[in-house]
Order: sequence, then structure tokens, then C-alpha cells
Amino acid sequence: MSSVGTIPAIRKTALNAVHRQMGAKMVEFNGWDMPVEYPASIGGGIVNEHMAVRTGVGIFDVSHMGDIQLAGPQALAAVQHISMNDASRLAVGQAQYSALLYPQGTFVDDVIVHRLGEDEYLLVINAGTREKDFNWVRDNTRQFDCALNNLSDDFTQIAIQGPKAINVLQKMTDADLSAVKFYWVTRGTIFLNDKSMRRYLGDTLIARTGYTAEDGFEIYVPSDEPTSARVWKRILEVGKEFGIVPCGLGARNTLRLEGTLSLYGHEISDTINVWEAGLDRFCKMEKPEFIGRTALEKAKSEGVKRTLVGLEIVERGIARDGYKVLDGGGGDIGYVTSGSPAPFLKKNIALAYVPPEFSAIGTVLKVEVRGQGVAAKVVPTPFYKRPKKS
Amino acid sequence: MAYPTDRKYTKQHEWIQASGNTAAVGITDHAQEALGDIVFVELPKVGTEVSAGKSFGSVESVKAVSDVYAPASGTVTETNEDLATSPEKVNKDAHGSWMMKITLKNPGELDSLLPAAEYEKFVAEESGH
Repeated sequence: MSSVGTIPAIRKTALNAVHRQMGAKMVEFNGWDMPVEYPASIGGGIVNEHMAVRTGVGIFDVSHMGDIQLAGPQALAAVQHISMNDASRLAVGQAQYSALLYPQGTFVDDVIVHRLGEDEYLLVINAGTREKDFNWVRDNTRQFDCALNNLSDDFTQIAIQGPKAINVLQKMTDADLSAVKFYWVTRGTIFLNDKSMRRYLGDTLIARTGYTAEDGFEIYVPSDEPTSARVWKRILEVGKEFGIVPCGLGARNTLRLEGTLSLYGHEISDTINVWEAGLDRFCKMEKPEFIGRTALEKAKSEGVKRTLVGLEIVERGIARDGYKVLDGGGGDIGYVTSGSPAPFLKKNIALAYVPPEFSAIGTVLKVEVRGQGVAAKVVPTPFYKRPKKS
Repeated sequence: MAYPTDRKYTKQHEWIQASGNTAAVGITDHAQEALGDIVFVELPKVGTEVSAGKSFGSVESVKAVSDVYAPASGTVTETNEDLATSPEKVNKDAHGSWMMKITLKNPGELDSLLPAAEYEKFVAEESGH
């Protein structure tokens, strides 16, 4: 037997063996072997995991995300050139949602830009676009006096999400988490043992960020397997009294969909521009220059031909990614980018691209569910917004 | 999981429990486990003719939709209305949650299906344990 061509090896995070030990159902996601859900016997299952994050706390392995560091005298200028949000507004320790754009104003990827030091920025990017993003950032920042480092394999990134995330993490760090605002970062010691405080990770990056539309934190710890496993298990131990549940990609997807957070390859891609995706508020046209700006200016004056809307399925049926959207007469007018039952809202929801004339709230459209038109109504987004703390 | 020996199984993970000329059909515990949280079960209308190996409905979990296949040919005499409002019952008790009952066209068709022990072995091999 000889093999023809090369099949890229499936990648594993440092927590892979731990997920398997816990009985997680594993799937291939963008070249990564990742947990989709954990067994019901330990509180798992997509619905349980989703509800844990909305009402308590859940923990996710998100180490497949990539990390690009830009550091040096012109790091800010480089970040400003390659991203659409205004990084000059970031104080040290602050983060912002942004995107890397092609000259056409379409998406290379969306990113979270963290300003970690005077002249140091960390871009957290998607798993499926790691190499593409890094090459793209490298090729477009050569003219700037700053060093570029791909730190993707250096970190195990763990997300602790939910209204009780702060209670869990505060029990194992000396950093004052209540002083960290949403989309800010801090550094602290993570204690891995409560008996003696001798076992700890010093100077750990702790960001109050996430992809669940809930309060929460993401921590960046060394990616060696023993350390990663110890941190993961310690969080579960400490979180026990708060009902912590390990969560997989299944719940991560339903949580972000309820919160109307874009996913690369779905709501955003290299053929969709910023205005279509409705991400205007993260695109700072008052910045004199960034890649994609010229095309976006032109696109804005021309107006969009399609726009992203939220749909609630009002008849029986579940809209899935890629399903057609039809007008009242059955004409094909668009497509679903993401669709699923929404476990917390207990509705079937979807995001879809349709022409602007069909985007008014209350417009009744149809989604073609296996050959049948099922009524769906345009509703305001985000579908879910976390309650404001009193 | 011990699979009940009072019925036969398919490689598409359905079970069929015959009594005389009628039979109840459902999906196996392995199937519900693989699907995850079931949120929607779509069943045929009473009177529908179903054919062995052909889809008779679908089961949707949070993450996916899957067809379910008739283990044998026949005419639908009853569907489990309970599953319309409580589809999660399939997760809780797959072998107790029949989906449809049919009048068998040819009870001999069941002879080619898997007995419990063979199905169990098939599942174990398929999942690589």
C-alpha cells in the first residue's frame, strides 16, 4: 500500500487526553480533534452545557485559537494598518473586537486585539485560519519596525464563562478580578493547590473576554500537557461548588449564536464585507488608513445588496447552516449562515443573508427545510443579551 | 449498555420489535447517544407505506438532523404522539420510546436483521472499542 498525497495530521490541544478521559464526544473541527460535548453523567450534553454557562459557569478548552504577538516601536502603526477597529484608543491592558480585512473590504478573519504593553499587542485569531492569518499579518507588516511572533502553540487557552465564572476564578488567583472590566486584561498568579500555595503559575494572562455573550474570563497558561491538565482539573475542582460543567464546541456554537457573535466561514468570510455583516460599530472609518478602507468607502456609497438578519422560526422546523431563505412567493432570496435550536431562549433561531428590502423587523420569510418552506420572522439581534448587573 | 433481546436491530441503528404481524420501531441507545440532545422527531402519517431501508422520518438534535430508516416494509398504523412534545424521551429511554407501529408486509424481512448480541458487537467495532 502506498499513500497518494499527504493528509495533514489532525491537531490536538494539550488537553486532548483529558477530554478523552472525561468521555467527551470528539469531532474534527477545522483540522483539530476537539470535544463537541461531554457525557450526561458528568453534567454534559449541549443543552446542559449551554444552560450552565447562562445560569452558572462552564469551562472550555479553546487552545485551538491562534495568538499573534506584535511588539516594537511601530507595533501600534502595524496593528492600525491591518485591522479595522481603532487600536489607538486602547489603554495598556485593554482589548477590542476587530477584524483583518482584504483590500476588497472582506474578511481575512475577526480578531480580539489586546494591548498588553506600551508597544505590545496580542491578536487572538480563529483556529481554522491560523496559518493564513499569520502569513497575512507577516506579509502586511514588513514595513513596520516591530517583531512578529506566532505564539499559537505556546498557550493552552481556557475559557471560564458564565455569571459565576468570577467566583470560580477568584478562588484560585491573587488578581482582583472585580477590578477587571469586560474586555480588559490583567496578570495574576494562578494557584493550583489550596493546601499549600507553593504550586502556582506566576504572571498569567487573564482576560475578561469570551465567545458566549456571558460574563467570563479566558486564561493563557503554558501549553505543556501536565500544566494544562493540572489547571483544567483545578478549575473543575474549585468550580464544583458552583456547579461548573465542562463544555464543548456544540455549546460554544449555540451560545455564540444566541448572542449573535459572528463565526468565520459563516457570518463573515472572504466574500462578505463589513457592512453586509453589520459590524459597522467595530469599523472605524475615521481612521485615515487601514487595509480595506478604500473599498469599504466605495461599498458604503453604493449600498449593500444583502444584509445579515436574525430569524426566529415560527412554524415547526429547525433552520440549519446553508438552508435557503425564500420570500413569500417562494423565490430564493438568501441563505442561512448559522441555524440551531437556542437552548436558553427555547426557540429555533438563525442568522441569514437577505436583500435589505426583506430585513425589516417583523418581515415574514420562509426557510426551506428539507424541501418545505417553513415560516420565519425577522427579529431584532442579538437574540440574547445578558442581564445588566444591578 | 445491554440491548434487549426481544427485538432486532439494523446497522443504521434502528430497532424493531415484532409481535405477530405488527411491529414497533425506534432508534437504539447508541443512536441517541451519538445524536446528543434530541429536540425534534418527525414521523410519518398513519397510513403511510414505508419500505425496508428507506427513510420514514427524521430525528433532530441540537447539532444535526438525521434520517431514520424503516427496518422492514409495512403500513404505519400508529405514531408516538408523545415524542412531538417530549422528544427528549428518546435520550432518556431509547429502547422504550417507539416511534411508529407498522403492519408488516413480510415478517420474513426481520430474519436478515441483527440480534442484540450481534448488534452490540457491530457498535463496539464501529466505535473502535
